[in-house]
Amino acid sequence: MVVAVAFDSAGEAAVRDFVRPTDLAALPPVIRDIMGWEEKLWERAGTPTYPCLIDRDHVVAELYGMVNVPSSVWIDENGRMVRPPESAGSSDNFRTMDPVTFSMPADAAEDGKRRRKVYVDALRDWIENGAKSRHVVAEAELLRRTRGFSDDEALAAAHFRLGTYLHRHGKAEAAKRHLDEAVRLRPDSWNFRRQEIVLRDPALTGQFAATPEYWEALQALGDRYYYPPVEMEGMPDPVHPNQRATGG
Amino acid sequence: MEATIVYDSRESKLASAAPDGDHLWLSLADLGRATGWEVKPQGVCRGETCVPVPKGAGPQGSGWTDEKGGRFDLAGFARHLRQPVVHDDESSVWVFGAAPGRGLSSAEAPDFALPDLDGNVHRLSDYRGKKVFLFCWASW
Repeated sequence: MVVAVAFDSAGEAAVRDFVRPTDLAALPPVIRDIMGWEEKLWERAGTPTYPCLIDRDHVVAELYGMVNVPSSVWIDENGRMVRPPESAGSSDNFRTMDPVTFSMPADAAEDGKRRRKVYVDALRDWIENGAKSRHVVAEAELLRRTRGFSDDEALAAAHFRLGTYLHRHGKAEAAKRHLDEAVRLRPDSWNFRRQEIVLRDPALTGQFAATPEYWEALQALGDRYYYPPVEMEGMPDPVHPNQRATGG
Repeated sequence: MEATIVYDSRESKLASAAPDGDHLWLSLADLGRATGWEVKPQGVCRGETCVPVPKGAGPQGSGWTDEKGGRFDLAGFARHLRQPVVHDDESSVWVFGAAPGRGLSSAEAPDFALPDLDGNVHRLSDYRGKKVFLFCWASW
């Protein structure tokens, strides 16, 4: 089964339209390129029947060491991870996106669909074959693919948590100080950075907050990955970020 | 004085809390309620874990309890465990984060409890016995 978790400090107001969209056809066509779904998935146009949970304080991100979305984990019937937290089929090909129109070159959009299909096929293989699936990762390897967190990163998480608490209780200025500090201490967390941008400007609640600040931060990545490549059998070679970094 | 503390992601409003600079004094009862830690002869314990009290530790030199033994400095204890401690004095909120370290120590999926759109709380462990595809996303 699917358990979806939204990292959204603005809570229900931010996610309701995504979880229960009234009109999928009204979404801008570029969303199809970004999501990389096959057409038949769009045609279903149904609202999810699985649990869609709201994580205002990014608790799951902290527990699993996630710094970006979308991220996913496969968990077996015994509550054990069989794939580590990893990007759910996304890649840096999205960095070809035009920052104004959000359009992507056709080859990048196709590449996204190809990667998403490999990922979803692998997921289906695991659902069917369980522990025998070739996509299951042994515990030692799974732990090798995860990482711990440094003193600064632990402190960043505490500041972020205090920031979301204060924001929720109407203390926007004090919240901003702690959210800024979280971003400063953990610059690789796009979750912190992007959430902070949204909380600073209530008009961005529930929006794809692609502000100039976001594009600048993305551009500043240079040849570092935004989505570290997923190590998965059948997945095309990683898109080199620097060849694709035209956003901004 | 009252303070809100966030410990292990759980928020508690504590009537006994008395901030004093970088120290946060709590009654032993509130300590247990909010964090699960208890002061015992062998140290400060939670479940099977007991943290021995180093000689001379704490502001009174007697561990993290005060001279009468009725209050406990949670902030001092947390710093001993290398947990980050941050606070906002105006709102009287203290957050105790996870200590830096290795992160995941086994393949066991960390449990959590979160609400859905209707406010119903789901725990990951509610779905034990099923394969779970945990998918994390955001609107932004």
